[in-house]
Amino acid sequence: MADVLTYVLHYEGELNKNSLGAVSEGAARASEIGGECHAVVVGGEDLSDHLCQSLGAYGARKVFRGRGPEGLAQPVVDVMAKVIDEHGHAYALFGGGLLGFEIGAGLAARKHAGVTMEVISVRAEDGKLVAERPILQDSQISVSRYKGDLGIIIGRINAFEARTVDGGSAEVVDVDVEYSPWSTQAEMVERGEQRGADVDIEGADILVAGGRGLGTAENFKLAEDLAAAFGGNSAVAATRAVVDAGWYPYAAQIGQTGKTVAPKLYLAAGISGAIQHKVGMQSSENIVAINKDAGAPIFEFSDLGVVGDLNKILPKLTEAIKAKKGS
Amino acid sequence: MKICVLVKEVPDAAVEKRIDSSTGRLDRAGEKNLNPYDTHAIEAAMQIREGGAVEVEEIVAVTMGPESAVRALHKAVSLGADRSVHLSDDALAGSDVAATGYALAKAVEKESPDLVLLGQQSDDGECYTIGAVVADHLRMPSLTQVIKMDVADGALRCERQAEYGYDTVQVRLPAVISVGDAINEPRYPSLKAIMGARKKPLEKVAAGEVGIDAGLVGEDGSRVQCGDFHAPEAKPPGRIIEDEDTNETVEQIVAWLEERKLI
Ligand SMILES: Cc1cc2nc3c(=O)[nH]c(=O)nc-3n(C[C@H](O)[C@H](O)[C@H](O)COP(=O)(O)OP(=O)(O)OC[C@H]3O[C@@H](n4cnc5c(N)ncnc54)[C@H](O)[C@@H]3O)c2cc1C
Ligand SMILES: Nc1ncnc2c1ncn2[C@@H]1O[C@H](COP(=O)(O)O)[C@@H](O)[C@H]1O
Repeated sequence: MADVLTYVLHYEGELNKNSLGAVSEGAARASEIGGECHAVVVGGEDLSDHLCQSLGAYGARKVFRGRGPEGLAQPVVDVMAKVIDEHGHAYALFGGGLLGFEIGAGLAARKHAGVTMEVISVRAEDGKLVAERPILQDSQISVSRYKGDLGIIIGRINAFEARTVDGGSAEVVDVDVEYSPWSTQAEMVERGEQRGADVDIEGADILVAGGRGLGTAENFKLAEDLAAAFGGNSAVAATRAVVDAGWYPYAAQIGQTGKTVAPKLYLAAGISGAIQHKVGMQSSENIVAINKDAGAPIFEFSDLGVVGDLNKILPKLTEAIKAKKGS
Repeated sequence: MKICVLVKEVPDAAVEKRIDSSTGRLDRAGEKNLNPYDTHAIEAAMQIREGGAVEVEEIVAVTMGPESAVRALHKAVSLGADRSVHLSDDALAGSDVAATGYALAKAVEKESPDLVLLGQQSDDGECYTIGAVVADHLRMPSLTQVIKMDVADGALRCERQAEYGYDTVQVRLPAVISVGDAINEPRYPSLKAIMGARKKPLEKVAAGEVGIDAGLVGEDGSRVQCGDFHAPEAKPPGRIIEDEDTNETVEQIVAWLEERKLI
């Protein structure tokens, strides 16, 4: 038997898009190695039969539902370990995101299994699954093969696309699980707090994104002025580093735990180009980067790279664009 | 309270981040240093000690790695750790994430800490997850990517950014917490601390001494095999402008944008 078990995260009654991608991927790969794709969900009353059954549309045959706290990894490890013990899944697959990383790693410890994170593609080879992961700042691809009964694959965010298949509805199986003592030692006090203004960046054609290189919260004015000069459908975006620092609202964050965008122009100022940022903007049509460090990773994937001080360049660029627009 | 901080030696960022354009690979030769993300974990431990909410008796830096990794421990001690533990054994070479986390957990278990702190990622491994592995073996609650942490009444109130915004989670001690780099601004070690670091107690332990099952570590004990390294499909390199005369630079940017009908 070579079944694939996935984890599906949900929030306020809605299933996570990356988790649905994992289910689609799991279903496609499982069929190539003669197995089925199943899913685990953990949460409260909002996990209705109807919501769980809807995973069938993405290719899940069974959905194992555990009642427990939402948004924490360790209770899910308990549920998945129990389901795997009873059913003998050959692979566990996650769609990326913070919880997927934590659950996958915890499960690897519990089941003494191999784990690969940041996976961008999975394929079947001689009846087994093989995972590809970029390493060393995406400059190399490494291929993972698994030994033992269980292999754990944690996708990079947006790596697996959610696709509906005409699979009908999934069978819902309730799992009774006694949580490990340590799994109940963490308690969610508040979940999903939105910090800062509710800005809309997803519809913008032009995004001027600012990073730690802006130096201060006040300096975001340079990015805002430039966005205003472009006019029309433009907005300002940010990295996690500056959002965590409280310089800019969370709603403007691009990347793994922020938004995924693909505007016509993405102009990054003072952004290093960390993988977790890149995954949220790499599909932009045109990428321009301004960074004073010629070795910054962002230059590896920008169409136009400007090596220089943004404090000198941004104000002049703003003026020049205003002048063009005026003429 | 006793805190263990997990630290790792990695290739120095200044050397590491350069990509050799002829091979398309990262140049990993040269200087090694303490993983910069781990300095935030040490700083977090120091701030708990200095915060006064609890008494911190000891901060112990723990690493697993080859002989040269003592330098990372010296650095950790110069940043505030009281002593260090170096888990080093040929049997551990080639361990994957799960095996590394298991071995580290064994080394930490012997110390019975109230809190284990880690960095958010290692600069070379980029797995983000050792903390979750260590926690399961130690049977402790755990969180990663924590950017704010307050101690009170035997628990930690932690904040972090997750999939849907910021989460606040109350974690009872003992616990394993990996901290994000936004949690603090690590201090620089004083010259005196750097000089004194070599004199602080450093214990070297072999796998067997902390009860590590040799069958679960090293290349043979690892359940994932990595290989077939190859370059990813390369995107054609973009154009680069070095800013010397800013007016000229801006003209070039504007022309580039106009060509693409972006203005
Ligand atoms: C699980 C996880 C999830 C994450 N999720 C996200 C996410 O959703 N989004 C995200 O963005 N990050 C995310 N990160 C963080 C990510 O790894 C990086 O830490 C972050 O993107 C760095 O932000 P930055 O580029 O603003 O800062 P830095 O990496 O500090 O880069 C600042 C850059 O500014 C340049 N600079 C400085 N001064 C100037 C100047 N005067 N002129 C020009 N350039 C200058 C510097 O050379 C440097 O390259 C996540 C990390 C993890 C581990
Ligand atoms: N060999 C090691 N020895 C000690 N700590 C480690 C080791 N590898 C990783 N860590 C810790 O785990 C964190 C996350 O690393 P990683 O999961 O490899 O990205 C690092 O910041 C360190 O604190």
